[in-house]
Amino acid sequence: MQRFLIRRIAMAMITLLAVTLIIFVLSRAAGDPRHVYLDDYSTQEDWDRLTLNLGLDRPYYQQYAMFLKDAVMGRFGESIKEGRPSMEIIIERLPATFQLGVAAFLFSVVVGVPLGILSAVKRGTVLDTTGKLVALVGQSAPVFWLGLMLMFLFAVKLGWLPPYGRQEPTSIILPAVALGWFYAAANLRLLRSAMLNVLDSEYVKLARAKGVSGQAVIWKHALRNALIPVLTFAGITLGALVTGSIVVETVFAWPGLGQLSIQALVGNDYPLLQAVIVIFTLMYVAAALLVDIMYAYIDPRIRYA
Amino acid sequence: MAEITSGITLAPPPVRARIARRAGQLRRLPLIPILILSIFVVAGLAAPLLAPHNPERGEVRARNQPPVWLEGGNTKYLLGTDHLGRDMLSRVIYGARISLVVVAVTLGIGGTIGVVLGLVSGYYGGWLEELIMRLVDIKLAIPTILLALVLVLALGQSFLIIVVILAIAIWPRFARNTRGEVLQLKTMDYIALAKVSGASTPRILFKHIFPGVVNTLIILSTLEVGIVILLESTLSFLGAGVPPPTPAWGSMVADGRDRMAVAWWISTMPGVAIMLVVLSMNIFGDWLRDMLDPRLRQLE
Repeated sequence: MQRFLIRRIAMAMITLLAVTLIIFVLSRAAGDPRHVYLDDYSTQEDWDRLTLNLGLDRPYYQQYAMFLKDAVMGRFGESIKEGRPSMEIIIERLPATFQLGVAAFLFSVVVGVPLGILSAVKRGTVLDTTGKLVALVGQSAPVFWLGLMLMFLFAVKLGWLPPYGRQEPTSIILPAVALGWFYAAANLRLLRSAMLNVLDSEYVKLARAKGVSGQAVIWKHALRNALIPVLTFAGITLGALVTGSIVVETVFAWPGLGQLSIQALVGNDYPLLQAVIVIFTLMYVAAALLVDIMYAYIDPRIRYA
Repeated sequence: MAEITSGITLAPPPVRARIARRAGQLRRLPLIPILILSIFVVAGLAAPLLAPHNPERGEVRARNQPPVWLEGGNTKYLLGTDHLGRDMLSRVIYGARISLVVVAVTLGIGGTIGVVLGLVSGYYGGWLEELIMRLVDIKLAIPTILLALVLVLALGQSFLIIVVILAIAIWPRFARNTRGEVLQLKTMDYIALAKVSGASTPRILFKHIFPGVVNTLIILSTLEVGIVILLESTLSFLGAGVPPPTPAWGSMVADGRDRMAVAWWISTMPGVAIMLVVLSMNIFGDWLRDMLDPRLRQLE
């Protein structure tokens, strides 16, 4: 277990290093970073001060070390648009993104898991068909389009829910459904096929032969084992929800990190964008790490692989 | 004796069963998805011949016209027009062309890189394998969309950048799958025989091992097509994809975003196109997987 942990944590660190390196290289490849902050009206002193601050008079590897040190301390430079530290803006936006992520995750579990179980147990019924439909739409409709369609139907046509923003408590429903649908579909498919496999296994047949009631077989013997792949996927989901939020927040004008990253992209706000991306990657990598450790804890086969 | 020999007539059923099974597979041939995919490919290849109007030039007087089946629709514009008076049908057809080119180029580049790295790392093993597989892990741990956003902001928006981003996004899965297959294949007797008979390493890799991987690659490619189309359209929607006015499906959906109440078809039509193609490709890919490799059926 210890060896696994060390190896896995080292991997996460290397990934983060790789991301910061990519961002650093690209920020230098894009041209003189001083042009981002200064214009023709800036004085020579401004230029000199910035040169010193960014370490542009030093070799590249030292510049990267400076960048890395600042990143660890959470200093990513000032946003060009807002003229204040990028980290400050990010911290303001974080709660909205977390809220949306949790809501979407709950939706994907609440819809995906029961439908997955039922469509496996009641194969070929209306429930199974409903499940298939949910899965098909979720896996092939682009998230941004699904979001627009939901908005059109429930906000514009029916007027049941607010179309965008985060003013009302019900505002979160549409973005959460749009974001969670894909994962609900994935959960459903995973659980359905895992359940079918398990229901066909020897130990379930044995349980049935022993005379265990049908309900007990499904809930105690089958479901517990079928949940393993779903659990792994839940981990991947948690991280991927982070990026999915970029699209959904843009569609529904949800004031989180995802929307911020697109605003930074459109406004050419490189310092802000790089900060958002480092934070996003950090969350993604941390989520994956956590899940892997949990998973290894639950399933010993992983530890020794 | 006669009774015993008559018992031998048991032989035919397996053959008949096999034929029946074969027929069953053919019956399950996903006709509608194949039809949709054919339309997609033909539309993409022959867009200039099929499109009734110029996809990039609109007629100002014909802005926001509804599709033909709605009130106010016009047979001149079967799927209506957008906010600049451009024909939706022509734009959807040209959009198919963009998607088709992106898919072909991306799979060509990303697939080739992935397969070569997978072959090499699986066959040689050692530090090379370790290095390549750790690269795969790192790439899979970085969200593609984020990477794309930085690349686009730093290097600008262009067709080339999009293809590079998508190729970077897909090579790891090709490398990982190829390596897995190679690890199994290289222990086979016929590979040892080839070695003993003095075949060179490149010859073993490409003549003896590669053919064994092809089935997996075909299946993987069909499944990647949907992923590439969704990724490309997402990037285009976010304004980081193929630059306008080129009619990419994703950016067309973005065009109609703020006009849902007035002209819902601007966003709806290209979205339906994306969904139909991705859905058909996934169904077709699943079917192909069942046909080519029954072992993978469990992975559904």
